[in-house]
Amino acid sequence: MTSSTPADSLFEFLHMEMVDYVLRTMPNASKDDVYYKLEALGFRVGQSLAERYTRDGPRLKDQLEVIKFICKDFWTAVYKKQIDNLRTNHRGVYVLQDNKFKLFTQISDSKQYMEKAAPLLAFPCGLIRGALVNLDVSCIVSAEVSQMPICTFTLRITS
Amino acid sequence: MSRQAPAVRAAEVKKINVELFTLTYGSLVAQLVKDYEETNEINNQLEKMGYNIGIRLVEDFLARSGSAKCQDMKDTADVISKVGFKMFLGITPTISNWSADGNEFSLILDENPLTDFVELPPEHQGLSFSNILCGVLRGALEMVQLKVEARFVKDALKGDDTTELRIKLIQKLQDEVPPGED
Repeated sequence: MTSSTPADSLFEFLHMEMVDYVLRTMPNASKDDVYYKLEALGFRVGQSLAERYTRDGPRLKDQLEVIKFICKDFWTAVYKKQIDNLRTNHRGVYVLQDNKFKLFTQISDSKQYMEKAAPLLAFPCGLIRGALVNLDVSCIVSAEVSQMPICTFTLRITS
Repeated sequence: MSRQAPAVRAAEVKKINVELFTLTYGSLVAQLVKDYEETNEINNQLEKMGYNIGIRLVEDFLARSGSAKCQDMKDTADVISKVGFKMFLGITPTISNWSADGNEFSLILDENPLTDFVELPPEHQGLSFSNILCGVLRGALEMVQLKVEARFVKDALKGDDTTELRIKLIQKLQDEVPPGED
């Protein structure tokens, strides 16, 4: 499919504009409020995606299967690559590392842009949380960028 | 993570990118419906967002398509439909309803990936759900020196038989040549 790669860029454009929209329409809101709004947008999408996506697939047996599904199938579908590294403490914390996170490929890796990256992570975090909730795993998702374009997502299972 | 994904999933992967896009757009419109009471204001916001996307997207479009400068509006319409829409949305709208002076035409969208799984909320029957496309076209064309007006005149979501996007050339902007260059 020749149209699939450019469509990726269309999604990136839409995502950037969505972040800009929330920032410009909530000029006096706290960082948390901005984050929450974008996260909620992602959450809804993640839920629907996971539902469509697992409908015809085999049942995911346990928590680890679900997490692997997110790292592999879900990530490939959304970001065209797998998670590069998955770690767990075996007590409900999973750390997913993406060494070339898609939404950052257009952004310079200098320090000054790191702060700007925070709102860009809200939607992806919501996406993951929505997908997981739909697969019966409730958790708290946070993301961190120590050096562009490496991004780590931390999942803390709450159920 | 060594288990092979079943074939069903592999096929789904290709499709999901469109779904991700469609669902994200739907989620965004739902947010706008929450943020604004006035249907018109939602339409305006969508157009504005599209415009912002259009002015960024045109660079990507030119780089990927290697498209040459269009000679006239007929040419432009062809490129919009067969290259632009095809490239970004995977559809090729039909070009029709040219005005006599050749400055105005319609794009007929037989399918519209933005409106999959969509029903208009009863209190916003005037919502131009895909209005973002009007903005994208306005923004992108402005970057290639064409000032246009774009609007939906028919929308299958509102019960019309087709979805028709009307584009009207308002003005050709002057090429700005940087000083010191021919």
